[in-house]
This record gives sequence, structure tokens and C-alpha cells, in this order.
Amino acid sequence: MSAAARYFHSRAVTLGLCTRNNTRHFSTSLPLCELRHMSRVNVVDNSDLGKNAKTSGKPARIVHVYNKQGVAGIGDKVLLALEKQKVKGIIVGCKQKQKPMVPKFDSNNVVLIDEEDTPMGSRINVPIPSVLRKKEELAKILAISSRFV
Amino acid sequence: MLFNPRAFYRSYDRPQKGHEKVPSWTIEKHRDSPLNATRVESERLRHAAPTEFRYIFPEFLPHPDWKKRDRVAEKLQRRDMLRRRLVLDIPEFYVGSILGVTVADQHVPSKQSRFVGICIHRDGHGLRANFTLRNHIDGQGVEIKYDLYNPTLQNIEVLKLEKRLDEELFYLRDAPATHSTITFDRKPETLPLGATVPVNMKKIPLNPPPWTQRWEKREDLKGIDLPELPEKRMRKLSQIVKPWEKYDLMKEYRKNISEEEQNEIFKEVVQHHTRVEKKRHQERLKRMT
Repeated sequence: MSAAARYFHSRAVTLGLCTRNNTRHFSTSLPLCELRHMSRVNVVDNSDLGKNAKTSGKPARIVHVYNKQGVAGIGDKVLLALEKQKVKGIIVGCKQKQKPMVPKFDSNNVVLIDEEDTPMGSRINVPIPSVLRKKEELAKILAISSRFV
Repeated sequence: MLFNPRAFYRSYDRPQKGHEKVPSWTIEKHRDSPLNATRVESERLRHAAPTEFRYIFPEFLPHPDWKKRDRVAEKLQRRDMLRRRLVLDIPEFYVGSILGVTVADQHVPSKQSRFVGICIHRDGHGLRANFTLRNHIDGQGVEIKYDLYNPTLQNIEVLKLEKRLDEELFYLRDAPATHSTITFDRKPETLPLGATVPVNMKKIPLNPPPWTQRWEKREDLKGIDLPELPEKRMRKLSQIVKPWEKYDLMKEYRKNISEEEQNEIFKEVVQHHTRVEKKRHQERLKRMT
């Protein structure tokens, strides 16, 4: 590769562009870590369904996001597919880059809920973002949380 | 009378008979001239800000790209930043320091919530200045970004003032949790007066890949202990590596603000520093003893 080609290749690598040799370059986005359809999530309450999903090797996947955007953020309700069932859940932690003062977690966390918005577990051992306290509909989930961040 | 240049310039260079004294404006011109070898160095330094200010107050420096600069906005922001600093003590800290931040939170009974973490990143210019703290709580890695001049920030406490080998520590996301875990009830450690900020030469061992970023490609990061990687992955490195970058003077020039401009900016900070910070330090010492 010539010096110029090497330079452009390294620029492409830094910008996250496609770097296959001898091809036209096309743009790829940087990892946004958005929670969409088929995103894998980590169930953080102590419900049996959640524990089984972790140990079975088939993590819970988002099957529908209950908002207009199709991208789930902290506090959004989602429909999950786990253990061959459809279960609703609330996102309580995102890997996605957040606004200032909102915590960003290392894993995408979700709490399972039933049709009446009652959590299926009895305890959440993982820290929950304090911004969720604004939402009255999540009061039952906040009641079983151990720690706020 | 006709202008006689010879007579005029003779009197300029040589004082006339009976007028041996050099005209005062010549003396002043010589005194202020940069070519004056006898000019007192301390007189010049008296008006210059300490060189450490560019590291202690990095958010006062504007964006290095001139296209993104607005001098009036910068001056107004600096004024607002100093006004905020009169109310809140924003301490000196670096990436790698451990901070405890107390934030106003209306949903908590005590109306305050505290977060402790290691500073992994510092960014932004002027009022947009921000820093990111990282911690591992209950087995979960958490990062929070704070705006330095956010009015809901009630207290910023430096629990351990130190630097690391790198300017950003995002690789802690791919390192064992022990390297990011900081207990919330950690006691603050103070350095003796006048001591230099210590550099923690720790090299962080990374977890086995996959990682959030391709850390082997980041030759600028000195604080990583890279594990053994497959030969195919390391082969591509030779195509990406840019060994000429460290000799690129223009790149260095474009990245930084000139010293003359830095002095102009920090003159405003010097006044604030001498008046308020020294008083605060005395108060801190009284509280400790």
C-alpha cells in the first residue's frame, strides 16, 4: 500500500468506516448501543423467569418497544421474549450514552412486570437510576429497589 | 527655514551642548523595548499567570479550532465561570482522581444524593466543561457525566488527587471490576502543601476480548497491559500505526492555545485565585486541624 493509501486506511479505521482492501468505502455508524427489536437485555430482579433466562444461555430479547421511536431508553416499557414466553419489562439501565446527570450502566438492565405493572420479582440488587423516581407508574418497581444512583 | 536633516538627526543622536541629558521619551522607549537586555525579568513575570493554571483550569482555555471560537462568548462565559466559582469550590482534579459529587435531588428525603467514582474523562470548554465518574456498585458498572458548572451540583470533593498515565480511562470498562471499585465512604486524602500531583503508574490488565474498543490500536494509551492477541489481529496494526505523528509540530500547534493568549485568559483567573482560593485553603486547613 502506498503512504497515501495507508493514511486513508488509518483515517477510515479511526472513523469506524469499512476498511476492506480494494473496495469502495461505505459509512458505518459508531456503536450507539440502542435498545431495539431483538436487543439482548439482562434481567436484574430475582424472579424465576429472569434467573432461568440467564442460566439457559438464551438471554431475554426485546420484541416490541412501547413508544413511537422504536428505541427503548431508561424507564420505557418493552415486550420481551424469554423462556418461550412473552413478558413485559421496564428498562432500568442502558449502555447507551446518556445526558449529563443520568447514569450509564455497563449492561442493559430490565425488570420484569406483569399486566398490572406489578414487578414479578421481590428484590432488585442492582442500582437503579434516580431519574425513574419522577415516574409515578414505576412506584412498585422503585419500592423493591435496594439502591439508587 | 529649510529642514536640515543632518542638523536634526545630529541633535537626535547626540544631545546638544548644554543639553547632555537624553530625552525622557527615548528612555521610556528603550525601557519597554523587547530588545532591552537589562529589562527586569521579574517585572514581566509579575503580570504573567502561573504556568500550572492551564492544567488546573483547563476549561478556561477555548477550543483550539479558530472556526469554533467566539471571543465575546468566551469572555462572558469566563465571567460566569468565575462567578460560579465564588459560590462553589471547584477543586483541581485530573483524570484518574477519585471524586465525590453531591447533587441536588428532589426525590430524596435529604434532597441530596452523592456519587463517588474515579474520573475517567474530562471534556468541554467554558461552561460546557464536564467530567465523567466511574464506579462499580453492587456488581454493576456505573458511569455518570457531570457538568462542572451545573447549578444543581452542590459539592465536588476530591477524595484522592492523582493523575494516571493517560488522559482518558475508557479502558476501565474492559478491565476487571476491582480497578473501578471505590467505596462510597472513602475518606479524603490530602497532599502536603506545595507537593506536585503524583502520577499513578499503574498498568491496567484488560479482560479477554471482545472489548468496547480495539485497545490494541490505541498506541497513545500507556496505562494498558495488553494480553496476548491472535497474530491476525496484530498483523493489521502495522498498517494503522502512525510513528510520524509525534514529530508533527503543526499538529501540536493546532491542538494548543498559544502562551500569549493563555496569559491574557488567565489574568482574569489570577485575580480570582489570589483573592478567594487562598482564603478557602486556609478555611480547609482550619477544618482539618
